Order: sequence, then structure tokens, then C-alpha cells
Amino acid sequence: MTESDSAAAAALDAGDGAGDERRDFLLIATSVIGATGTALALWPFIDTMNPSADVLALASTEIDLSPIEEGQSITIVWRGKPVFVRRRTAAEIEEARATPLDQLPDPEPDEARAEKSEWLILVGICTHLGCIPLGQKSGDPRGNFGGWFCPCHGSHYDTSGRIRKGPAPENLVRPPYAFLDETTIRIG
Amino acid sequence: MVGRILAATVAAVITVAAANAAEAPRPPGQKWSFGEIFGTYDRNALRRGLTVYTSVCGACHSLDLVAYRHLGGVDYTEDQIKAIAAEFEVEDGPDEDGEMFTRTALPADTFAAPFPNVQAARAANGGTYPPDLSLITKARKRGADYLYALLTEYRDEAPEGFELLDGMYYNEYFPGHQIAMPTPLFEGSVEYTDGTEATVAQMAWDVTTFLAWAAEPEMEERKRLGIKVLIFVLVLTAMLYALKRQIWSRLH
Amino acid sequence: MSQPTWKNPIVAWIDYRLPVFTFAHHELVDYPTPRNLNYWWNFGSLAGVMLVILIVTGVFLAMHYTPHTDYAFASVERIMRDVNYGWLIRYLHMNGGSIFFLVVYIHLFRGLYYGSYKAPREVLWIIGVVIIFCMMATAFMGYVLPWGQMSFWAATVITNLFSAVPLFGEEIVNWLWGGFSVANPTLNRFYALHFLLPFVIFALVFVHLWALHVHKSNNPLGVEMTGDSDSIPFHPYYTIKDAFGLGVLFLVYFAFTFFAPNFFLEPDNYIEANPLVTPTHILPEWYLMPFYAILRAITFDIWFISAKLIGVIAMFASIAVLFLLPWLDTSPVRSATFRPVFKQFFWILVIDCVVLGYVGANPPEGWFIPLGQIATAYYFIHFLVLIPLIGFLERPRAVPDSIASAITAGTNPGVEQS
Repeated sequence: MTESDSAAAAALDAGDGAGDERRDFLLIATSVIGATGTALALWPFIDTMNPSADVLALASTEIDLSPIEEGQSITIVWRGKPVFVRRRTAAEIEEARATPLDQLPDPEPDEARAEKSEWLILVGICTHLGCIPLGQKSGDPRGNFGGWFCPCHGSHYDTSGRIRKGPAPENLVRPPYAFLDETTIRIG
Repeated sequence: MVGRILAATVAAVITVAAANAAEAPRPPGQKWSFGEIFGTYDRNALRRGLTVYTSVCGACHSLDLVAYRHLGGVDYTEDQIKAIAAEFEVEDGPDEDGEMFTRTALPADTFAAPFPNVQAARAANGGTYPPDLSLITKARKRGADYLYALLTEYRDEAPEGFELLDGMYYNEYFPGHQIAMPTPLFEGSVEYTDGTEATVAQMAWDVTTFLAWAAEPEMEERKRLGIKVLIFVLVLTAMLYALKRQIWSRLH
Repeated sequence: MSQPTWKNPIVAWIDYRLPVFTFAHHELVDYPTPRNLNYWWNFGSLAGVMLVILIVTGVFLAMHYTPHTDYAFASVERIMRDVNYGWLIRYLHMNGGSIFFLVVYIHLFRGLYYGSYKAPREVLWIIGVVIIFCMMATAFMGYVLPWGQMSFWAATVITNLFSAVPLFGEEIVNWLWGGFSVANPTLNRFYALHFLLPFVIFALVFVHLWALHVHKSNNPLGVEMTGDSDSIPFHPYYTIKDAFGLGVLFLVYFAFTFFAPNFFLEPDNYIEANPLVTPTHILPEWYLMPFYAILRAITFDIWFISAKLIGVIAMFASIAVLFLLPWLDTSPVRSATFRPVFKQFFWILVIDCVVLGYVGANPPEGWFIPLGQIATAYYFIHFLVLIPLIGFLERPRAVPDSIASAITAGTNPGVEQS
């Protein structure tokens, strides 16, 4: 609503140019309404750039965990990012829990990393510079700590997805998720 | 491949020739709930119309641009939408082995299409492609009236002297009067859960309401915002006029 | 005109180095404007606002549109259904095009009526005609982008016109298409050009205004401003008048956008493009109908020149003739107010253009063919024969000495009573 711009300018300057003429109500009221209209008209334009309905509809993903065997990992795409879902073995859980926190660059107990100890669900993006760490497939290198290994700059993650060695500053991020039932989770 | 192109061309020529042969009469105007300036979609008719679409039209016609989740815009709850979607299977994939697979439809999916592609739709329908219905009321002049007239005015026999091609049906309101779609609606073609009697007129009315929504799901929001915007601009314009008179009065 | 002194130190600092504020003050505030402009003079600024609205809505649409034949139609529908307020932005853009043309056509006919094309405003006029030509090209390519049936077939028909060019016709058409039919390369380049041209128009508008500000506005009397008593400062008098006019225009524009958004559009464009099925009637948008009628009016070959080529030439000539208008009009008097005969023929031309539009909207069958031919012939006769003749033969009424004297004498029919 560009008319309000020029109206506002017209109105304000008119008073100015008229010198000692009193600032009158109509002029100010019109300017205020015009400016309000312009401001309101901006919103639809700004809002078009927010995530659209079809994007939001895919913002959460439901996953059936039942086909994943113990020790197996799957990668799913959630909001355009890879999410690692690993069904950990008892040994892996044990190893993660036994690690003293003072050995960790980003200390976090394993209990805080997995809602159900068996299921480790993490955003598969290295916290260093955004590469995708290896370790999902059976033949992949898993680094020195049995978790994931980022080939870009050599970050090693453990079986809890915590950074242990290399340049990455933080542990792999835990996405928001909830168990809908025993074998179904909703991420996002 | 060549055969397919040839068939499509022949079909196209027939369509154009048919359309040229005779103009269809103007469909009678109906009083639609959504037709008036502040009108909205009649929710009951729309719900019944969804039943008609899924159990009758949906057998041949796709609705590619409409997703199950869009039903949320006309007061379907999330659970209802999930339940409706769950009645359909959609193709997804490829999976890890490179195979396509089918899965239960989700609210984010568009309405499950009856045929995988246009060619399959043609092949299954005697060479004629049943058009996608997502925009049908917008893609015809006086779309809702036309659709209702088309659905209710099938005739068993063509008028005397009218040469009806093989496998075609006579319809007063279809351009050229020859339509490849057989009479779609019969008394009781569907069973309404709300107890409404499923007459042909009722079903045509309901499915037209549903398809009008499918074509213009933004209509209610558009009208609601439109009235606010127009009132606002009207007030502002009146004030600008008063201000203009005030400023110009200084000239005298 | 006083040199403004800027009180705000930042404004003063900038203005000393780059006098944008002084410039704006001269051209938008102090700018002397004839005191007797009527509401027909609003349409220039209205057109400017519409251009800005179209560019802004267009840029936001471009963020969501996919210029590929497989996705274009669906991406437009995604804008309509899923993008937040996408339907609003698209309908504003779609109807904005029609409103823009409506406003510009009124602006053009205002210029024709009041002789605004005459010396010393010929260049101003010519730039205006170039703007309209660019608008048509932009609008045509924009029509193609949704990739509906009308998009595809309008693109096919219009690009095929160039096949009328002797010797190289086919090569030119293939070059335009980037292939052997309207297809993905065509859509891609139309999108690029549809995005580019509005900015070219914007630059042309700037030059148009530059030329305007050299000799200032014409006015309903068609006599030049001679002194301070003839003019009033642009601000606040015409800023507020333009603002009010804009409010009225927005009422019309928004009424269509919100309550009849598809009024100007052919329903066929909601059917996805199908290269194998031609719609029964291929129609451009309403604002191109008169030119479409001229294009189809020529149904006969002249000597060795094909009807098609003559049609194309006639269509382009219908715009080109406007370039010559300043020299075709032989009358020393500008305003139709004082030209009784010219005034009659002006209105006949208006009717002729409406008839051309009506013919363009209908299939070239039956009596539409001779009607289109007569209307086309009249269009050219008006400019090439009648306008020069009327200038010589007409006896104009007495023209006042100045705007101020006409107002004092009360003989100024154009002046607005406020």
C-alpha cells in the first residue's frame, strides 16, 4: 500500500510548508492509518518466505523401527538432513556408559543422549564443518571409538555420538523425537 | 511409441473437431453456498462430496494437486485426515534395492491417483484421458454450474439425427455433446453416512461443492481478508479525499 | 524556486556530497505543476505505483516458481495452495497486470486527447510508446509462465508470427524457441526475460520522467505555463491528489483481486499445457486483443507478400504509427478542448479500439472478419489521414493566453473545482 507512504509524506510535509498553520487532526490521522496499512501490507510478503504448508507437512517424519536388527544402522532424511538411527548392541551401550565424562571434550552422559538406551538417534552432520561422518554401513570406518568417523578432517565419535578426537567442537546433535509406541518414532 | 503418438493425435483431433462441432448451451445457474460474495463451502455437502469423489470419480480421475492434509482447511481433524489417507496406497521409492514400493498414504501425500501416468489412464479408458479434477471448476467457464449440469443431464439416447460415435455418450452440456465418460452417477451410487438420500442431483451437488473447494481452497481466506482490506482502503481513501479538499482549499 | 537548506546535519552532510535531497526537493516538492490538471492526470503516477507493485510481487513469486515445463504448472499451484499468502501475491500480480495496462491505456488516451505528444514533448511521448511496447512483451512472456493451455498456445501462435519474416523466418522461429517447438528452452528464456524487462521498463520510466521534468506537464488547456500564477508546487497539492487517486484505484484493484481474481483470465489456462490439444479459441489477455484483431484482420496476400507477413507488419505498425504522431498532427493547438472536430474523431478512435478489442476476443469467423478489417483500416486512417487533414481543415476555438487568465475568466473547462 504505497499510497499511504506518499500520503504520510504529503501530510507531514504539508504542515511543515504551511509554517505556523496548526497541525491538524485529519492530517495526522490519515498519516497514521496510511502508515499502519503499509506496515500490515508487508506481512504477507515476509510470510511467503516462511516455510510453506507442504514443507511444514514434512517437518516431522514417522519411522518404523521394527525392521532394524541389533547393531544395524539406518539413515533417514529429515528436513533435508541425514538422521542416523542405530540400534546399539549391549556392548556399545556398555562402552558408552563406562566412559568417564572428564575424558570428553563435550561432556554429556550417555543417558542424556538416548531416550531408550537401545536406540541412538542423531543428526548425521559433523559439528565441525558439516560433513557427513562415516560409520553407518557395515564396511565403513567407525573411528577409534567405534561410533562414527568424519573423513573431512578426522573427527572421531564414540558409540554415543560424542566427539572424542579431532577438530569437531561438539557431540553429534540429538534431534527432537518421541516414541509413539514401542517401534515407531516421530522425529520433529 | 509411434502408435501412441498417433493415437494421441487422433484423440486430439477428435476432441477439437467435437468441440468445434457445436457449442454447448449455457448451464443453468445454481445457488451455491460458495457462490455468493461472502459465501463459504457448505461443510456437509463437501464431506459427502469427498465420499462421492473417492468412491465414484476417483476410480478414473486423479486429484493430483490436492493433498489429504489440505482437508484441514475445511475443518477435518488431524485424525480424520490420517484415517482418510490410510485408506489409500501410494507408490514410493526407490528403496535401497532400487525398487519402487507401495505404502499407506500419509496426510502429506496428494490424493492417490487411479493410474500411474497419462498413458496408462488412456489405455484403460478407451484412448481418452480422464482429466485431473484438481482445477476442474476453475478450468471451465461457470465451472460449478457446468459440472453440475454435466453430471445431471446425461441422456440415454442422443436426439434424433445426432450421430453418436461408438463408445461415446450424449450429454447436452458437454462441448460437442459427445462425451467419452459413461453416466457416472446412479441413484444410490454411494451410501452417505449422514443419512442423506443419495439421489443423482444430491451426489452431483455434493461432489461439485467438493471439487470447487479442491480448485480454490484459498477462497474462504481470500474473501475474509478481502473484506477487511476493502473496508480499510475505503476508510483511508475517504480520509485522503477529505485531506485533499482541505489542502486544495488553500488555493482560493 | 528556493534552494532548500537542510537542518538535519546528516542530511546536510550527504546532500553536500551527493545532492539527492536537493534533487528530490526540486523534482518532487517544489516542482512547478500546472494548477489546472484534472483527474486524468493521475494515471501517470498510478502507472508508476502499479509497476512497483508488479515488480515486488513478481520477485516474491519468482522465489517459488519453477521455470521447467514439468514443474511450472504445479509450482504455480503450489504457490496458490501451500505458500503462505502465495494466492494473494499471485492474484495481485495476475490482476495487477490488467490494472497496469488499464491505467497505462487511460494515460495514453489522455495524452492523445490533450495533445501531450506535441512539441516540445515528442521525446517524452516516444519513450512512453517504447514503454508500452516493452510492457506488451513482458506481459506476453508472463502469460506463458504458468504453462497452462493458453500459455502454451499463445506462445506458439505469437512466436510463429516471426516465421512470416522472408528468407530467415524458420531460422528465427527456431532461434526464439531454442528448438523445434515451444518447449522447455522457450519457457526458460521467457522467464529470464520476463524477469529482466520490468527493470528495463523501470529505467525507461525514469527517462520518461526526466523528459517530463524538462518541459513540465501539459494540461487540459494545452497552453504552456508562463509564470508563477499558472503553477502550484507538486507537493502537497498533487501528492495528496495522487494519493487519493491511488486509494480509488486500489479499491478497484483489490475488488478484483479478492472477489473476482480470475475475471480477466481464460479458464483454459487452468488446464496444464498439452502440445497435442489446441484450445478451441486461443486468446491473449484482454489488453492485447485489439492488436490480435489487427494481426488477424489481414486475410489476403498483396502481390507477393503473404497475408501472414502483412498481418504481422500491421500489428507492429499499429504501435509504430504512434511514434510518428507528433509529426502527423498538423494542428498548432494541443488540447481537444479547443478542437471541436478532432474531439469527435478522438471518440470515434476510442470506439474503434474497443471494437478491435471485441473482434480480437472472438473467433475470426463470419461478420467478425469484415468488422475487424474495417476497424483496422479505420485505425490507420485515423492516424495517417484524418489527423493530418483535421489539422489543416479544422477551425479551432480561441485558446486562452495563459492558465491563470483562463481561470480568472472562468472559461477553463478543464480546471478542477475543488
